[in-house]
Amino acid sequence: MTERHEQPGLSPIVQTIAALIFPFILIFSFYVIMHGHLTPGGGFQGGAIGASAIVMLIVAYGASRAEKHASESVLSMLESLGGLTFVVVGLLGLILVTDTLLANFLADTSYIFGELPSFGGNPGILNSGGTLPILNLAVGMKVIGGLAAVVLAMAMASSDKEAEGDQ
Amino acid sequence: MIYNIPYIAVIALIAIGLFAIMFKRNLIKIAIGLTIVEAGVNLFLITLGYRQDGVAPIYTNLPEGISIPGGMVLPVPQALTLTSIVIGVAILALILSLVIKIYRHYGTLDATRIRRLKE
Amino acid sequence: MRKLAALVFVVFVAFLFVTVHEMRDFGEPPSDMDDYIIENAQNETGANNAVTSVVFDYRGFDTLGEATVLFTAVAGVMALFRRRDSHD
Repeated sequence: MTERHEQPGLSPIVQTIAALIFPFILIFSFYVIMHGHLTPGGGFQGGAIGASAIVMLIVAYGASRAEKHASESVLSMLESLGGLTFVVVGLLGLILVTDTLLANFLADTSYIFGELPSFGGNPGILNSGGTLPILNLAVGMKVIGGLAAVVLAMAMASSDKEAEGDQ
Repeated sequence: MIYNIPYIAVIALIAIGLFAIMFKRNLIKIAIGLTIVEAGVNLFLITLGYRQDGVAPIYTNLPEGISIPGGMVLPVPQALTLTSIVIGVAILALILSLVIKIYRHYGTLDATRIRRLKE
Repeated sequence: MRKLAALVFVVFVAFLFVTVHEMRDFGEPPSDMDDYIIENAQNETGANNAVTSVVFDYRGFDTLGEATVLFTAVAGVMALFRRRDSHD
């Protein structure tokens, strides 16, 4: 029968609003990540927006209730998947072009991201950019998983008993 | 000297952060001072690449009448600053988790009273 | 000891002021490499954003190093806050 010094979150108004606008913030962060080669933004900026959406849920609902939905193992797996995608795309560039690591082997071809925009000012084409949208997605997953896992670990560690000491 | 105002701001930030690291005793204040020095260095990197009356180096919906390599700011210092900001976040996460463990073991946050090894 | 620290601090800030007085003017940087990057980023990488093409294509190895630093920091924080009873 241990007693936990834990505050169970904020008032019901804050909990309702946080649950309502959480998917819109996630959609906005994916928009910033995927349009990184056309507008200002990219992997790191969109990843910070997505991580702050998960941190908003942790602040509004308390650490132990938020851990049931976004557990540490899921976030850690998301981060490792992002890092692995980055390294695999880099090694594919080394194998296919045989000259440099992280070479842009999709830039001028007819595969998935291979068109070239015209010179000068233009409204952008989403289908362009080569390996840049794939790398943006990998870095975005890595930043979301990493920052949310760090904040979740600190919030759960500071709500346990004080007499746990160190291991 | 009147036109180098951004560099004066960089000196002010670095001096304030260095003062907080060297002369304060609370561990949280030392961590805040480190973050202020990091902000000053990032500001210095960004203002090295500014060109007079320049726009951002992005071609989507470019406004009319901008000459192509001569009217845009430099993109390379912005890339270096992005890396530096992310590394600053990683360092701050590690420092704060160490401060939590120190407080749980010693019971105090005073930097002059944390001098014994673990007994 | 505190007198010595205060003296070192004042000398360092004075050195920073002397450095700013001798620097180049603000607003006219030398830009040979950046002119090449701005002119040829659309042909070689196919992206409209010159900053993203510098971060991921012309200097992609620095981004790989930064991803490694972020991974190491997150692994260090998770190693410090591990609980002994909830792992199988």
